[in-house]
Amino acid sequence: MTLSRLIARRTIEGIATLAVIAVLLFGGVELIPGDPARTILGQSVTEEAVRNLRVALRLDQPVHERFLSWVEAAAQGDLGTSILNGRPVAPDFAWRAKNTLFLAGYAAAMSIPLSIMLGLLAALYRDRLLDRAISLGSLATISFPEFFVGYVLLTVFALNLGWFPVLSSVTPEMGLAERLSRCFLPAVTLSCLIGAYVLRITRAAVVSILSRPYIEMAELKGASRTAIVLRHALVNAVGPIANVVALALAYMVVGIVVTEVVFTYPGLGQWMVDSVAKHDMNVILVCGLAFGATYVGLNVLADIAAALASPRLRHPR
Amino acid sequence: MILALRLSFRQWPVVLSFAVLAFVVLLVLAGPGIVPAEVRELAGDPWEPFGAEHLLGTDQLGRDLLARMLEGGRLTLFLASAVAVLSFVVGLAFGLLAAFLGGLMDTVLSRLMDIIMALPPLILAILVIALLGNSMPVLVGVLVVFEAPRVFRLARALAMEIMTEDFVTAARLRGEGIGWILAREIAPNAVVPLVAELAMRFVFALLFLSSLSFLGLGVPPPQADWGGMARENAPALGFGLPAPIVPAAAIAAVALAVNQIADWLVAASGRRAARRG
Repeated sequence: MTLSRLIARRTIEGIATLAVIAVLLFGGVELIPGDPARTILGQSVTEEAVRNLRVALRLDQPVHERFLSWVEAAAQGDLGTSILNGRPVAPDFAWRAKNTLFLAGYAAAMSIPLSIMLGLLAALYRDRLLDRAISLGSLATISFPEFFVGYVLLTVFALNLGWFPVLSSVTPEMGLAERLSRCFLPAVTLSCLIGAYVLRITRAAVVSILSRPYIEMAELKGASRTAIVLRHALVNAVGPIANVVALALAYMVVGIVVTEVVFTYPGLGQWMVDSVAKHDMNVILVCGLAFGATYVGLNVLADIAAALASPRLRHPR
Repeated sequence: MILALRLSFRQWPVVLSFAVLAFVVLLVLAGPGIVPAEVRELAGDPWEPFGAEHLLGTDQLGRDLLARMLEGGRLTLFLASAVAVLSFVVGLAFGLLAAFLGGLMDTVLSRLMDIIMALPPLILAILVIALLGNSMPVLVGVLVVFEAPRVFRLARALAMEIMTEDFVTAARLRGEGIGWILAREIAPNAVVPLVAELAMRFVFALLFLSSLSFLGLGVPPPQADWGGMARENAPALGFGLPAPIVPAAAIAAVALAVNQIADWLVAASGRRAARRG
């Protein structure tokens, strides 16, 4: 299979997965026994509230029409209105999506270079004290829930030392420096989550490459340790590392929801969770699709990165 | 176990993990008996600090936090174990079936699992809970759907690998049935990696469930698991009080201990595979 065909195939698979998500989103309402609007709202509500929700969810239309009219409106920038306060979803979505992307980018910029470096160090000093410390540390951060890391960071750096604000609220007028400082603790929390993941894969990839015959050859001909790692091992580990970076970014989609709630950061994740309690299905739908598309897209990118770096993967069994 | 799992002094983190896990499980199982009834009944002020009367202080309603932790721990560990075991059984059954029958059955099952694994778990869970509400059956169901495919993949791969071994061919030529071969030839050879997988499923379930409860979408009140307690007590953090960190730390400790044990099991099964080759 040629590379372009592989890319095309994975892209189509990605789109198919997105379609599954969309069907679940739109068809999910259909699957609930009884009147979905009533199920969502619970028992103690007025008839009017139920009727309003039915109209807002377009439950008076059949499912395929509902989907098509939603897509048509979305293509024109109309994401529907919030059932809660009747405001259009699109402007709020744009502002919150920007915040979420900012936080994700911040965390990625901090954690990815650092974790690749630490992973390399751990592989170089394999089974020595440094490696064991790094490995244990990364296992710990993988195991810790985001709210544990967040609470500890808040207690130490915001409440006791007072270096950072307790609330990570940002406003549109805020300058970049202020924004970076406000978002520092949530970005570190996210960094722990994805960094540990990248670190472990980097270490494993480099360790496996360092045990290959051509590395031994390079050692025997007297190349320095640094030259071996940079010229031979790292170059060959680029594939797995690029792959895991894309996967880690996809994984951030999951972690960012909890992190935003811990720090009450005005992003998409917090909005989505808030909207569940308020039964604001339009908001949940838009956020769910945005997160789903990002997750699926990054997973496809991860596969393509792996295939680009390793020709063998272009010929699956 | 067939494989002798040895622990040396260098592996103190593994020994420590077993100790932590045993300690937590014993505490939680011993349950309310540990905290005297008068302390349990006594309502103090909200968020009293650590002290002689209330060892871990009190929660947002002035209840003894240690007593709440033991109660919540029981629910947390039970739910996570239930999800791990259920998804393990489902994944294992379908995985072995796919490996053994092959053909169309294998293709259909594998593609289905691929689709599930391509979906973002937390986002889909939030959607399902938004639609169906957060009852216990919904929570367990959602978690099992996302966990089972991972077990499926491992079980299928292991069974495929072991099935090409001579002793399996021999059993098949002897005319043994599928059940016999699965139980007597394949299962014993897959024990260590499967136990490691079970441990990882437990951690995933624990963290997933705790995150959902933390978001207010997990275990419905008035019951509270550790994630729910971390949420309920969150305002205390603003006053510099550690009440929400206690349940969060308990989750972190259990997850780290089980992950450490899983890592050690994976390494052990890796050595075994290398020796066999």
